[in-house]
Amino acid sequence: MMRWPGFSVARWWSIVLKEFLQLRRDRITFGMIVGLPIVQLALFGFAINTDPRHLSTAVIAAEHSEFTRSYLAALRNSDYFDIVATLPDEAAGRQALAQGRVQFVINIPAGFTRKLLRGERPALLVEADATDPAATGMALGALNLIAQSAMRKDLTGPLARLQAGPAAYDITVHRLYNAEGNTQYNVVPGLMGVILTMTMVMMTGLAMTRERERGTMENLLATPVRPIEVMTGKIIPYVAIGLIQASIILLAARFVFHVPFMGSIAAIYIAALLFIAANLTVGITLSSLAQNQLQAMQLTMFYFLPNLLLSGFMFPFRGMPQWAQFIGNLLPLTHFNRLIRGILLKGSGLAELWPSLWPLLLFTCVVMTVAVKFYRRTLD
Amino acid sequence: MSDSGYAIDVHGLNKHFGSKHVVKDLSLQVRKGEIFGFLGPNGSGKTTSIRMMCGLLTPDSGTGQCLGYELVRDADAIKRNVGYMTQKFSYWDDLTIRENLDFVARIYQMPNRREVVDRTLENLGLTTRASQLTGSLSGGWKQRLALAACMLHEPQLLLLDEPTAGVDPSARRDFWEELHRLAARGISVLVSTHYMDEAERCHKLAYIAYGQLLAQGTAAEVIAGQALSTWAISGDNLSSLSQALHGLPGVAQTVVFGGALHVSGNDDALLETTLREAIAGKPLQMTRVATGLEDVFIYMMNRSSDNFGPPP
Repeated sequence: MMRWPGFSVARWWSIVLKEFLQLRRDRITFGMIVGLPIVQLALFGFAINTDPRHLSTAVIAAEHSEFTRSYLAALRNSDYFDIVATLPDEAAGRQALAQGRVQFVINIPAGFTRKLLRGERPALLVEADATDPAATGMALGALNLIAQSAMRKDLTGPLARLQAGPAAYDITVHRLYNAEGNTQYNVVPGLMGVILTMTMVMMTGLAMTRERERGTMENLLATPVRPIEVMTGKIIPYVAIGLIQASIILLAARFVFHVPFMGSIAAIYIAALLFIAANLTVGITLSSLAQNQLQAMQLTMFYFLPNLLLSGFMFPFRGMPQWAQFIGNLLPLTHFNRLIRGILLKGSGLAELWPSLWPLLLFTCVVMTVAVKFYRRTLD
Repeated sequence: MSDSGYAIDVHGLNKHFGSKHVVKDLSLQVRKGEIFGFLGPNGSGKTTSIRMMCGLLTPDSGTGQCLGYELVRDADAIKRNVGYMTQKFSYWDDLTIRENLDFVARIYQMPNRREVVDRTLENLGLTTRASQLTGSLSGGWKQRLALAACMLHEPQLLLLDEPTAGVDPSARRDFWEELHRLAARGISVLVSTHYMDEAERCHKLAYIAYGQLLAQGTAAEVIAGQALSTWAISGDNLSSLSQALHGLPGVAQTVVFGGALHVSGNDDALLETTLREAIAGKPLQMTRVATGLEDVFIYMMNRSSDNFGPPP
C-alpha cells in the first residue's frame, strides 16, 4: 500500500467508496445527474430558438392562378410558414391576428397575376404579429426569398424577362455558422459548460455541507482521516459524474443536433476534465463557507448566474460592456466555452486553445489553495 | 509518550465561543481502566470539554494529555487511539450497517478488516441485518452500533457523549454492563450523562455547571464534599409545604421525590428545628435520610446558577 507522510491511499479510498455508496442510494441526485443535461438540452437546444419556424399563417387569396398556387406551395415548403387557414377577407385576417391564432396573414390582392405579367411589380400584403420581433424577423426575411424563387420557376419562356427583378430580394436567410450567433451549433456545446458548472459546484457543495448538517462531519473529524483525503475522496465520484454528463451532451450534440465535430474527442475530454476540476474546487470552497445545504444552494446560484450571463453563453461576449467582459474573463465558464466551441466548431489545436487554457489552470490552482485553507480541521 | 497512569490528565482548559466562556479552567484526571462520569446541566460545557480532549476543538489555553499524548500537538495520535461517540448519532443513515462498519475499519486502516467487521456484526447480533440501511434502526440499536463502531479500532480510551440519551432502561442497563466489561479489560471511559442511576455506576464523577468544574471524586466523596444533611417528609400536600419552606432558616433546597419531600441544608441542627416547627400539628412524618447524588447535583446547580450572569 502506498504511503507518504500525511496522506494514506487506503483512507482516501475509503472516502471514495463511501461517496459512491451514498450516491447510489440517493435516487433524486442520480436522477438529476441524467435529467439535468436532458432538460437543459431540450430547453436551450429546442425551446429557446431565435430563429423560430413553423409559424402559423393564414392566406387571403383574392384570386387563384398558377403563380399564386406555386407561391403558396413554396411558402409551405420553406418550413417557416405553416398555412393553417384560408380566410375570406381582410377583416377575418385582422381578427385571426388579434386573437393570436396566426402569426402571419398573407394577402394576395385581386389583379396580382395580371400586374405581375405586365411587369408592374404587384404588392403582396403581409401582416405579421410583431409582438415578439425576434420571432418574426427571420421569417419575414425568408418571405422575399421565397417569392423570388417561386417566380423564377414560373417565369419561363417569354416571361423570363420579368426575372430581372429589382435587387430588393437580397435578404439572406440561409446563414452560415456564426461564432457570435445563437444557433444550436453555438448553444449546444456551450450547454456543456453550463451544466457542468451547475452540477459540479452544487453537488460538491451539498456533499460537504450534508456531512456537517447531519452531524457526521464530527465523526469524520474525530478519525485520523486528513482534510486532503476527505476533499479529494469526495471529489472523485463527481468527476465521474461530470464525465458522464459531458458524454450525454456530446452524444446529443452529435446525433440529435448534428453539431459538427471538427476537433478531437480527446481534446474535448481533457478540456472537460480541467473544467470539472475548476468547478469542484469552487464547490468545496463554497461548502466551507456554507453552514447548511440551503446556504450551499444559494451560494451555488450566486456563483452560477454571472457564469451564465457573462460567459458568452447567453449573450455575445463582445457585445458586452468592458466591465462585464472583465468579470467574464475571470469566470471559468467563459474560457471553457471558448475551448469547447473552438475544438468542436473550428477544430482548434493546442496553440489556438492555449489563451483559454491557462486561465482555467490558474483558476483551479488559486481556488484549490483557498479551499484547502478554508477546510475546517476542527469544529472551532 | 509518557506514562502517568492517567488516561486523561488535563489542566486549566479554557474555551470561548465569541464572548461566551464555555469551559473555565477545567482540570480532570481519569485513571486507566476507570469509568468516569461527567455530569452537569444542559449547556454546561460537557460536550465542548470532550471535544477538546479528542482533538475536535482547540483549547484557548491549558495543557493536558490523553493516553500520554499532548492535546494539541499529538492530535493525530489521540484520534487514532481514542474512540469518540458523538451525542447525536453520527454514522451514515444511507449506508448499510456493514458498510458503516467497513468504512470505519478502512478509515482506521485495520489490517484484518473483513474479520473485524464480521466479528463486530456477530457480537452485535446484527449479522442477519447487516445489509439493512442504518437509518432504519431503532434508537437503541443505533446506540449499540455507534458504540461498536467507535470500539472497532480497539481504542484504549472511550469518550462517550450522552450515549444513552433517549434509550430505554433495559437497553441502558445492557449498555452499562458492556461498559463495565470494557473497563475490566483496562479500557478507560469518560461518559457524560444526565441519569443518576448511571452516575452511581461510575467509578468516579465530575460535576460541571456553566463551564466550571464544581466537584470531582467518587460518588461518596462528591456527596460528602457538599456537607448536606437531608430530611424526607412524607404525607399530603407536599407541594404547598415545599412552597412554605422556601427561604426558611436552614433550608437550602426542597425536592419532591415520589411520595416524599427531600429537604436539604448545610446546618443540620437549624434545619431540623425549622422542619419540626413547620410540620408541627400536621399529619406529616419526617425522617433523616442519606443525602443522594441527585440532591447534591440539584444543590450545586442552583448555587452555581446564582453566580452565572451576563459578563460585567
